[in-house]
Amino acid sequence: MTEFTPYSALLGGMMIGFSALFLLILFGKIAGISGMLGNLLSKPLSHAWVWSFLGGMILAGFIFSGTLNEVESINLDLLSWRYVLLGGFVVGIGTSLGSGCTSGHGICGIGRFSVRSLIATCLFMLTAIITVYVRG
Amino acid sequence: MKQQLIYSLLGFMFGTGLIIAGMTDPNKVINFLDITGHWDPSLAFVMIGALMVFGLGYHFIVKRMIKPYGQECFNLPTKTKPDVKLVIGSCLFGIGWGIAGICPGPAMVNLTLFDAKISGFIIMMLIGMKLTQLVNKRIS
Repeated sequence: MTEFTPYSALLGGMMIGFSALFLLILFGKIAGISGMLGNLLSKPLSHAWVWSFLGGMILAGFIFSGTLNEVESINLDLLSWRYVLLGGFVVGIGTSLGSGCTSGHGICGIGRFSVRSLIATCLFMLTAIITVYVRG
Repeated sequence: MKQQLIYSLLGFMFGTGLIIAGMTDPNKVINFLDITGHWDPSLAFVMIGALMVFGLGYHFIVKRMIKPYGQECFNLPTKTKPDVKLVIGSCLFGIGWGIAGICPGPAMVNLTLFDAKISGFIIMMLIGMKLTQLVNKRIS
């Protein structure tokens, strides 16, 4: 059981929104993490900006993880290895085939009123909810 | 060089937002998706916050701009119509997200937990992406 934390969730969400907005205003780019990773995999040397952006994200994790969030430490013991590996593999296929994840479709796409992203987000929310229900 | 620094700052802000929001905790994600059990609706507020800022900014600022400040043009998705790939891919992404409670952004932020499970997730995710790219290339 985790606590209901609407204010920190809203604040964190707004920071994500500002980051995505500035990325678009300053550089014309969409803040979609799976898309960035896909770019690195297809042409690792021609996307310097992706390395910089991801580097900044990882640095944030290094500095703030376990201090800024209301969970004291992230506990991965509850997750079995089987789920971690299978989940990762399916997330990789799905985001590549569907051209986006929570950030690219869920925030940037819906924010632009993209029909494709609206459909994608409804579908991945639905299948994620069903999966959690089934896995118990 | 200055541009790369700004990209890093934006990434830093994005990652910090994910941490404050609670998105980086897989247990919180699973509870958010567990609407018939221990439902924790917090993460809906992440989306509300992000969409408020990005959506308003896009429609009132970006749409009136001819080009971004630091580049020649906007680099936006060109496809507008949904297709089979989008539908199957998004359904699969949801299944994977539900299985592990981790999506690509939080996976990267959690890299410095130095937990083997996070590395395992990222490696499998990259393999899945690369395989899909290769199959896609072969088909088209």
